[in-house]
Amino acid sequence: MTKDFAISVENLSKSYFVGHNTAKGERYTSLRDVMARNAINLARKTRDMFRGQAIVQGDEIEEFWALKDISFEINRGDRVGIIGRNGAGKSTLLKVLSRITEPTKGRIEINGRVASLLEVGTGFHPELTGRENIYLNGAILGMSRIEIQKKFDEIVAFAEVEKFLDTPVKRYSSGMYVRLAFAVAAHLEPEILIVDEVLAVGDMQFQKKCLGKMEEVSNQGRTVLFVSHNMAMISNLCQKGIMLEAGRLVFQGRISDAVLHYYQKQNEQNVRASKLFESDRAALINGELIGLSSASDISIHEQLVVRMRYKIKKPVDGKCVPNFHFSAANGTCVFVSNADGVTVTTPGDYIADCKVPSNLLNEGAYFVGLALTTYLTSGSFEVDFFDQNALTFNVVDPMDESSNRYGYAGMIPGVVRPKLIWNIHQDIK
Amino acid sequence: MKTLVIEPGLAERHYWRDLWRYRELFYVLAWRDISVRYKQTIIGLAWALIRPFLTMIVFSVIFGQIAKLPTEGTAPYSLMVFAGLLPWQFFSTALSESSNSLIGNANLISKVYFPRLIVPTAAVVVSFVDFLISFVILIGLMIYYQFLPGWQILTLPLFVIMAFLASLGPGLYITALNVKYRDFRYIIPFIVQIGLYVSPVGFSSLVVPEQWRLLYSLNPVVGVIDGFRWAVLGGQTPIDWNAFMISWGVIVFFLCLGIRQFRKMEKSFADLI
Repeated sequence: MTKDFAISVENLSKSYFVGHNTAKGERYTSLRDVMARNAINLARKTRDMFRGQAIVQGDEIEEFWALKDISFEINRGDRVGIIGRNGAGKSTLLKVLSRITEPTKGRIEINGRVASLLEVGTGFHPELTGRENIYLNGAILGMSRIEIQKKFDEIVAFAEVEKFLDTPVKRYSSGMYVRLAFAVAAHLEPEILIVDEVLAVGDMQFQKKCLGKMEEVSNQGRTVLFVSHNMAMISNLCQKGIMLEAGRLVFQGRISDAVLHYYQKQNEQNVRASKLFESDRAALINGELIGLSSASDISIHEQLVVRMRYKIKKPVDGKCVPNFHFSAANGTCVFVSNADGVTVTTPGDYIADCKVPSNLLNEGAYFVGLALTTYLTSGSFEVDFFDQNALTFNVVDPMDESSNRYGYAGMIPGVVRPKLIWNIHQDIK
Repeated sequence: MKTLVIEPGLAERHYWRDLWRYRELFYVLAWRDISVRYKQTIIGLAWALIRPFLTMIVFSVIFGQIAKLPTEGTAPYSLMVFAGLLPWQFFSTALSESSNSLIGNANLISKVYFPRLIVPTAAVVVSFVDFLISFVILIGLMIYYQFLPGWQILTLPLFVIMAFLASLGPGLYITALNVKYRDFRYIIPFIVQIGLYVSPVGFSSLVVPEQWRLLYSLNPVVGVIDGFRWAVLGGQTPIDWNAFMISWGVIVFFLCLGIRQFRKMEKSFADLI
């Protein structure tokens, strides 16, 4: 038996009991009804207590599966992002993994010391000073006194609170509070680090610092599990991704694929809801990607066509210019392309095709935003619609001859990877 | 490296070892509660002295002067009262603090893993510190009355441990149930209030008729207070060993019950709190 994995999860399930009030809308009931219902509730609560069950508010009780039959394995040193919509079960999964709550079914095996950071500043006491809170928080997160002492200066420097070390933290600004809390947590040295959405704090500069610290941690060969709704952060930080939906694991693989999957799901849900992408002048009909090899993949050597169908409803005194916004999975805008030589002003349905040349974008997931802007003859302009992440695709590298990899199989950094003209010849003097 | 297995219903195999590993957290939690206790008060630690001192005066006046209850041997009545008040205050604050400890630390319970047993135990330790502070009054009283304790005073730590365990058992039981049913939060002050009059705090247990003495010592605090008085007052009244053993029996019973209940419910605390 090799123990290469850090975490192995088999058929994990977790259920909760939730109560509903059936008598909805009956806000103004008679005193008699209220008393009768309270009497019934009291009887039920008493019965529950004698059976040793927990008290659940509500008339009707239902079992709710927060996690259902989840299985996965995480290798040592992996950085795994867990994504999913609100209520998908991400936090529950982390709680089960960090032993805060017990699973209902299934089995988990963990190799190594786990530290979990489900909330910044857990256990901070407002009356205690910054210095005292560092020790308190450190101990709560599982650091020994000696460990904290060794890292004390580093923590203080990281949090940038030197001046206020002996001030009670209740007098801290919220930024200082969070910085100090994160600083303590960031200096934990567990083999497995579980982090829930805690980086969404502080100013941009501090967030960057946090991200850097997290990367540093994982570069030391530690396993990191990271939950966030910030796709930019998650795709920067993680290599692998797990996507949960309504308590089930729906995707597992590379982070770019997972993020893509996430956006696709979201778009599916958006499409039904959206009639938003229109103005009184024009409307978006749909968008399409041509040239994909499978559902969303396209080879780096292939040309991609982005097609937008739109409608112009009435004559316009100006030019309606389609423009496409390309962004990377982490949210960085790669480029914006305005349509060339537009003259159209008459009403009708139109198709705008935009060819994205091969060997331009690097491997990874990309999003295309579809927009139409009208440049009026009066000199001003108006945006008719802008569907920000309308289309998604994933550029993959077939790793053939023309990839210029010479056997290198790793990730080549960069947002773009154009084929440039090279010329190599021997230098003869 | 050892593999940690998490399965439903699987009792922690390394429960007590884990507890030992987290001992620092135990100190830290106790230290936190102690240092927070009298922050932003003017007289600070003096509160720990004033409260028992005033209670002692009230009790000495009511039970000693007005009701004219007998003291033990030749000991001054106030000293006799205080020798009982000291363990009683320790027991009652320890019991109420530990009973509310889990709810008071709800944010920790739902966000971090550690052996939960640390929380109520640390709460008892905090009350112990208050106990040590009020002990100063006892010494002061002894000097005032020029009362010299006998060799029995050396056995005092034994009775302190007894008080510790007596409060920990029910404390664990109630704090676990408190997580699930908040009703217990309202029951505790009530128990403490009644307990003050049911236990021999303001009077000597010699007041209780002989034939009821054994039944009376089913209250574990009776054994604690009697032992305390015996140790502090230099054996003015001999210890009734049968009653003493009954008290111990009750204490151990509650302790086992408390630990069992606590461990049974421990894993669901985060879901229920």
